[in-house]
Amino acid sequence: MFKSKSFRLLLVIATLVLSACGAPATGDTGTGGNAAPDGSVAPAASQAGAPASSGGQATKVAFVYVGPVGDAGWTWAHDQGRQALEQNLSNVETAFLESVPENPADAERVIRDFAQKGYNVIFTTSFGYMDPTVNVAKDFPNTRFVHISGYKTADNVSTAFGKIEEPRYVSGLIAGKMTKSNTLGYVAAFPIPEVIRGINAFTLGVRKSNPEAKVNVVWTNTWFDPQKERQAAEALLDQGADVIAQHQDTPGPQQAAEARGLFGVGYNADMSKFAPKAVLTSPIWNWGTYYTNVVKQVQAGTWKSEQYWGGWKDGVVDLAPIGTMVPADVQQMAEAEVAKFKSGEQDIFTIFTGPINDQSGAQKVPAGTALTAEELLSEKMNWFVEGVQGSIQQ
Amino acid sequence: MLVISVLAAAIGAGTAILFACLGEILCERAGILNLGVEGMMLSGALAGFATTYGTGNPWLGALAALAAGGLLSLIHALLTISLNANQVVSGLALTLFGGGLTAFLGQPLVGLPAPASFGKLPIPGLAAIPVLGPILFRQDALTYLSYALVPLLWYWIYRTRPGLYLRAVGESPATVDAMGLSVQRLRYIYVVLGGMLAGLGGAAISLASNPGWTENMTAGRGWIAIALVIFATWNPTRAAVGAYLFGGVEALQFRLQGAGTSISPFFLNMLPYLFTIIVLVLATRETVRRRIAAPAALGLPYFREERS
Repeated sequence: MFKSKSFRLLLVIATLVLSACGAPATGDTGTGGNAAPDGSVAPAASQAGAPASSGGQATKVAFVYVGPVGDAGWTWAHDQGRQALEQNLSNVETAFLESVPENPADAERVIRDFAQKGYNVIFTTSFGYMDPTVNVAKDFPNTRFVHISGYKTADNVSTAFGKIEEPRYVSGLIAGKMTKSNTLGYVAAFPIPEVIRGINAFTLGVRKSNPEAKVNVVWTNTWFDPQKERQAAEALLDQGADVIAQHQDTPGPQQAAEARGLFGVGYNADMSKFAPKAVLTSPIWNWGTYYTNVVKQVQAGTWKSEQYWGGWKDGVVDLAPIGTMVPADVQQMAEAEVAKFKSGEQDIFTIFTGPINDQSGAQKVPAGTALTAEELLSEKMNWFVEGVQGSIQQ
Repeated sequence: MLVISVLAAAIGAGTAILFACLGEILCERAGILNLGVEGMMLSGALAGFATTYGTGNPWLGALAALAAGGLLSLIHALLTISLNANQVVSGLALTLFGGGLTAFLGQPLVGLPAPASFGKLPIPGLAAIPVLGPILFRQDALTYLSYALVPLLWYWIYRTRPGLYLRAVGESPATVDAMGLSVQRLRYIYVVLGGMLAGLGGAAISLASNPGWTENMTAGRGWIAIALVIFATWNPTRAAVGAYLFGGVEALQFRLQGAGTSISPFFLNMLPYLFTIIVLVLATRETVRRRIAAPAALGLPYFREERS
């Protein structure tokens, strides 16, 4: 029955097939370096032309990604940041490894591998890399580590995140003006503080420009499933929503809105190319500015461990160009708000300044006081503001 | 109104799974287990979108998806039928290979808008029927194609002579061999047909429900299709029921959330798998196994003149 010879032959073939599918990624993709199947790292093609600077040796910068660079969302945005870093600084050499699992064994192996290869700065771009990053950092005191979205630091480990709620709030201001049914939909991934904070900021914006409007929330319990996210949006549209916002990594919800001739607000990157008639705007990440600053500091020797939480003012977050379907007066209103955030006159704390009621209508934040950073970032962010319809599953 | 919209959404969401499941039924009926459905769906999704992007014609895209799925399954056929390799390992390799290959080849296509796609195409007259019209006849062209395919395959498998050979080759390849038919040729044909349908299932996502290309966009639907084959007990009509049940669960959970009910979406997501497990348990009993007609030679390589 079972022929061991053919089984061995198959294993050989399978190995060949698998290694073939991992290896060719360095070719003509235009994005530069990629991972070989054995976990080693090929440097990106950034050295085009000898480094112009007088410093001589290039700073080696590595990135660890949780998803594929082709996800059109979170990881894509980080990789855009990496590419911007290469363009901004000439004496920099970058490498990345994508789809690295968040389990301690894999993540630590990958990070350690980068450190051993002599990379000067290592960015780890997902929450789950927190402990692995700190662990590896202990053994490489001269290497700088930056962990995105976590809270553990060390002498050579910084944390960094951005106030995406600021552009979310402005996108809410626009959405509130564009709804006719006074019902908006929000396709949300997981009931965690980060997502809840975004829903609240968006709803505060919506209610500011349209006090009658309500925001219906559904949870998909996935970051990445185009068809499921679209289904969630369809359900919201069936309930009468005419603007669909999202905290998801694919444009599925925007496509659902487009198919019905209604509107949407994207996320992560400008999603208008997927649904040009629907996307009013998208809150976007702009990691390039931050990455460039960090590497500049390292090169100048001024880098210090910090807990970075950048806002619009710092250029980490932004709003994609507002669509032409938005009337001129609404655009002007939005642009004026954008200017206030960019100048620092407004920030995430002014958004979350009272009086703010919770879902039941009871006052949660008294007039004049603002939520603290801790109240915004920690598990205390487990309530919805007034105007949100939906529940937080515990 | 709610029921109609849920059912319409269920069919829309179930179409991709249905194509893949029908393909896998053909393949398993012929006695070959192909766990590479996810990889074949992805290759179909990418080939379909790439071709549509290049030509502007989604029908050419659908043809390309058929070809891509078929081509990938040919690898599986070669390994498992000609070389008698282990079907599970080969199928898994195909899934990994398809995922990696499409991620690599599809990189330049990420984020590009689809120049054309299969939009909703209400059938004049039929779409106006109360209740049934909005559920069944306001879908896209690929969904209509899947409607036709279900009875067609049912008739083929149960009512035609080639269908009898198909069932026989999965049941007792030695008998088919004794009849003077080529076991290898039959199996090749159905594995490749199955791969083509899986590819078309991928295109139902990249060209109809979510026009565009993103890496790993099938997000596990190939595995659901494989589970569904057992759920459907290798029967195309029951496959339709199962695919729409899966689609319905997906559609229903969001509407229940909106209605403010407290049924956990995790519970709903689990239900179809529970049925699958029940069928698997039942299928261990010989009498039941016969009644539901599980292909007896499924997963076993065929060696002429070897006693099993």
